[in-house]
Amino acid sequence: MNPVDPNRGRSSAPSIPKDPTPLALVALAVCGLVVLAAWWVLLGLERILERNQLGGTLLDAALVGVGLLPLLLLVPVLRSLRAAGQARAGLALKDLITARVKTAESREWAQYAIGYGAAVLLVFLGVQFLLANDGAVGATFFRLELIRSSFGLVLQAFWKNVWMFCVAEVFILVWGLVIAVARMIPGRAGQPIRFLATLYTDVFRGLPTIISIYLIALGLPLANVPVVRDWPPEWLAILALTISYGAYVAEVYRAGLDSIHPSQWSAARSLGLSFGQTLRFVIIPQAVRRIIPPLLNDFIALQKDTALVNVVGVIDGFNQAKIIASNKFNLSAVTTVALLFMLITIPQTRFVDRLLEQEKRRTRG
Amino acid sequence: MSFLEIRDVHKRYGDFEVLKGVNLKVEQHQVVCLIGASGCGKSTLLRCINGLEAISAGEIRLEGDRITGPGVDLDRLRRKVGIVFQSFNLFPHMSVLQNVTLAPVQVLRMSRAEAEARAMELLRRIGLEAKAKAYPDQLSGGQQQRVAIVRALAMDPQLLLLDEITSALDPELVSEVLSLLRELAAEGMTMVLATHEMSFAREVASKVCFLYQGVVHEEGPPEQIFGNPQQERTRAFLSKIIEAGRL
Repeated sequence: MNPVDPNRGRSSAPSIPKDPTPLALVALAVCGLVVLAAWWVLLGLERILERNQLGGTLLDAALVGVGLLPLLLLVPVLRSLRAAGQARAGLALKDLITARVKTAESREWAQYAIGYGAAVLLVFLGVQFLLANDGAVGATFFRLELIRSSFGLVLQAFWKNVWMFCVAEVFILVWGLVIAVARMIPGRAGQPIRFLATLYTDVFRGLPTIISIYLIALGLPLANVPVVRDWPPEWLAILALTISYGAYVAEVYRAGLDSIHPSQWSAARSLGLSFGQTLRFVIIPQAVRRIIPPLLNDFIALQKDTALVNVVGVIDGFNQAKIIASNKFNLSAVTTVALLFMLITIPQTRFVDRLLEQEKRRTRG
Repeated sequence: MSFLEIRDVHKRYGDFEVLKGVNLKVEQHQVVCLIGASGCGKSTLLRCINGLEAISAGEIRLEGDRITGPGVDLDRLRRKVGIVFQSFNLFPHMSVLQNVTLAPVQVLRMSRAEAEARAMELLRRIGLEAKAKAYPDQLSGGQQQRVAIVRALAMDPQLLLLDEITSALDPELVSEVLSLLRELAAEGMTMVLATHEMSFAREVASKVCFLYQGVVHEEGPPEQIFGNPQQERTRAFLSKIIEAGRL
């Protein structure tokens, strides 16, 4: 870094760096606050553990260890204070460059300490929330022995969710494409078909999924509709999810097909390919790649919405967990099913993010 | 009876009339060049001949058969009339070979082996047989445009329409495309081309048509149009082209 010539820079007077000491002191205060909060929470935890005869030297040692961790925050705080001192010294010697470098360093360490301190504080406050009412909050959601004893039952019922969304996804892929193509049929002859397809997507995208499920899976057998009335509720639920999500997925398809430049249609049709051949060989293969991320997003939503089928009496993971919860007056089994849902959906959302990032890079490059 | 007859063709987009009564005759083995300013209707006329745009009034006949209006089998028409576009419009997800064989296999029901053999023959002709497995984005603009021409030729068209096919090319790539056209012209391919390449039009055209405001304003042999234009508008247009150093 070259010294700035005060007579030739953007402004003629060299800027004198602001003293970073106050910020360093704020960092120190935050650090102290975090340590205090940590000890307060940990002491509460220890009391609860003792009352439940869970105390022990090993556990106490662990608690002390956790309690010492926030002290690590002192490292950046001390570095910040030291750099602030050096900055002041540099300023006293009229060494502007050193003063600026050290000021920046001091600020960076102070901000680092404050950022980490705030995060640690939030974590301990979260723990404190679970410990509230003498640990009743935590026990309501996380009673370990109940999670352990009910896990097999919940997992088994959760397979029903997995099975339902797998089957539904296959049907939705086909049904959504049918609707999307129906919305694109050209010419006057296609007009009524286009209108019906549009009406369909509007209706089912406008309806809350839970109501669609209720109306279809309960209503069809109630109305004694032939064939369908003998279906088990799982299949009725799959039918309802297919009809409901077919509308969303049709829109995804349509957006993807629309995104292919009209010149591709011209080129294909000019070679004598029919409307259907153009779709099949030229448009759909190009659209598929752009469709995958939004399609996966809809499927993630579908996977979560399989929990709604409990309204028609299907014993899925959530319904099973609810039964356990009302028997035991404790929600730990529901926590299990919540974790199971997260376990399958989070990797998929990450995957979608990566696909979108790739697509962005590809189209930018 | 001419090979292609365009009679009083109108084309309207809403209130905007692009073609206002175009009349044009093309004989077999002729090369007809459409020249004129941008927006004068050259591209629209070509798209109408191919049925990519429906005309608003008038009629177009190919070998005496009406090819516009209701009841025309456009897919069949397009087997006889090929078109090449300014922006190539190759299928980006297919290799060069797949681009060229798609229509012969799907439309003409040719066997894949036969279609590929013919495609390779055509690619060899333009010196791109080594690129048969390449994808369009791996080719230069000139190569892509030559593949697009070959893709149209693979259907064995009786009439080839070329819509400003060198306008999107870098100057040094134009010649490779034009020399392919020159060969096709020498072989007797009937072609209608919209172009800004005046010297090329002067060299290969059997007939040059100057389009102005949606009608054929002047037509005649290239010597007349470029050497001794009869109409004021044609002279004005050409003098601007000369000013721009394009002729």
